[in-house]
Amino acid sequence: MAQRIDVKDLNIYYGDFRAVADVEMSVEPRSVTAFIGPSGCGKSTFLRTLNRMHEVIPGARVEGRVEIDGVDLYAPDVDPVAVRRQIGMVFQRPNPFPTMSIADNVLAGVRLNNRRISKGDAQDLVEQSLRGANLWNEVKDRLDRPGSGLSGGQQQRLCIARAIAVKPQVLLMDEPCSALDPISTLAIEDLISELKADYTIVIVTHNMQQAARVSDRTAFFNLAGQGQPGKLVEVDDTSVIFSAPREQATEDYISGRFG
Amino acid sequence: MAATPRPTAVSPTSPSSSAVIDPAKDLATLLRQVDPRRRRTDRVMRGVITGAFALAMLPLLSVAWTVVSHGVERFDLYFLSHSMRGVYGGIDAGGIYHAIVGTVEITLFATLISVPIGLLTAIYLVEYGRGPLARAVTFFVDVMTGIPSIVAGLFAYALFAVILGPGIRMGVVGSVALSVLMIPVVVRSSEEMLRLVPNELREAALALGVPRWLVVIKVVLRTAVAGIVTGVMIAVARVIGETAPLLITVGVADSINFNLFEGRMMTLPVYVYRQFQQGLIPCSADDASCIATITYDRAWAAALTLILLVMLLNLVARLVTRFFAPKTIS
Repeated sequence: MAQRIDVKDLNIYYGDFRAVADVEMSVEPRSVTAFIGPSGCGKSTFLRTLNRMHEVIPGARVEGRVEIDGVDLYAPDVDPVAVRRQIGMVFQRPNPFPTMSIADNVLAGVRLNNRRISKGDAQDLVEQSLRGANLWNEVKDRLDRPGSGLSGGQQQRLCIARAIAVKPQVLLMDEPCSALDPISTLAIEDLISELKADYTIVIVTHNMQQAARVSDRTAFFNLAGQGQPGKLVEVDDTSVIFSAPREQATEDYISGRFG
Repeated sequence: MAATPRPTAVSPTSPSSSAVIDPAKDLATLLRQVDPRRRRTDRVMRGVITGAFALAMLPLLSVAWTVVSHGVERFDLYFLSHSMRGVYGGIDAGGIYHAIVGTVEITLFATLISVPIGLLTAIYLVEYGRGPLARAVTFFVDVMTGIPSIVAGLFAYALFAVILGPGIRMGVVGSVALSVLMIPVVVRSSEEMLRLVPNELREAALALGVPRWLVVIKVVLRTAVAGIVTGVMIAVARVIGETAPLLITVGVADSINFNLFEGRMMTLPVYVYRQFQQGLIPCSADDASCIATITYDRAWAAALTLILLVMLLNLVARLVTRFFAPKTIS
């Protein structure tokens, strides 16, 4: 199920501006990889190139290769829509569809694609996905109520349920806890630890304790300077990054001495 | 470098930093201090704003009162269900059934033309349009907004005259004229509504592997539908009272004509105009059944009908809006 991602010589552009330069890294299957680094260093931009969401922004483009299980996602015969079905995404701000109920939000990947699903299968999928996102017990009595009535943390878990309902191989999370309180954050972190049994997870976070808690591997990105592209400084096992990083810049950043 | 000691700046409690004798007492006076100038400005502005509101309401109420008080006299079931066929002079007869039929059919058909074109243009502008073409479309929509209605009428007439020969008058020509006026309004309001849909929802759907066109239909349009319906209703209300373009494209009629594609039709605004134009009926003194002011009475009653029609449309739009509005905590 879960697949390995290999990124080779990746350059990411917004129009003429090179936002991220020369990324070369691998993401191991069934593990959690955290991206850390200062704001504007291109972590989120890079994350969005992993499921071809980057090109949704007008003028944005990518050079280089992102291979999942040996297939280049940017090959001309690859359909970005198919890529996004295999590589799900959870965004910084919880964004359940306001016009849909909780159950319909979970089924959004099916319903929005006009795919037919029997009532029984739909119920099973809703329950299975909500259980997968640790939300079932909290919402099982109000599945037909609007998703926007949930708390922020519940909404974010609803978004995770929605993402795993399409059964992707990889789950990308762009600062999923930055809008949440510590208790909800804990719930999401527990969930991430459970999900990594089945999925390859990549998470962008500004919270270094979070990276240390949830991730197996950590990648540190940095910005050479204003107007310069972001770069991948180093990627290693999380324990190594937080105890004995190879680069001085990494050590400065994780110990709070930078700039 | 992190260990650099902070320069001990002027501490707020240090006696040397301020000339204030007793900070606690001073704070109490500061908090109770009134600013007479600000208070006065506040009162004046409050008065001005309330006055402006009252001034704006005055003509509105006056119009409503005048139309209702003048129109209610002849406004009855007979008036609504009879045409002007065979009605002459000051006889106590005649109605607006034919004009209601005309107005409803012509406006409905104009909406049928305008909504697809306007909505698709708005979708193009918001979801797909980039660069010079999108800018040109926006520019021409702006220009279209300013077209005088009589010009729209002449345009529609000329268009059909080229195809069907001069002197052509039928309902569909009027619909085309009205749609020329409606399209820019629909584009503008729909565009605004589509732009209000948060980008996060589009991204959320795209990230689920939903193709772009389905995102537009099932997420963007679905989220914005309430606002779009309101916009369409505003556009309808804008054209339903148009008189000049209908006068030249559809003409006038005294009988009922259901066929948009053949013959003249009557519409409510044109009916009002015609009745008003005929003026007082010269009644002979011995004819008791002759009503001298019948044309004015009919004009007012027809105007009342028009207003009620627009209100009815607004009511329907509100219901639709409520039904489709994004669900919130109930």
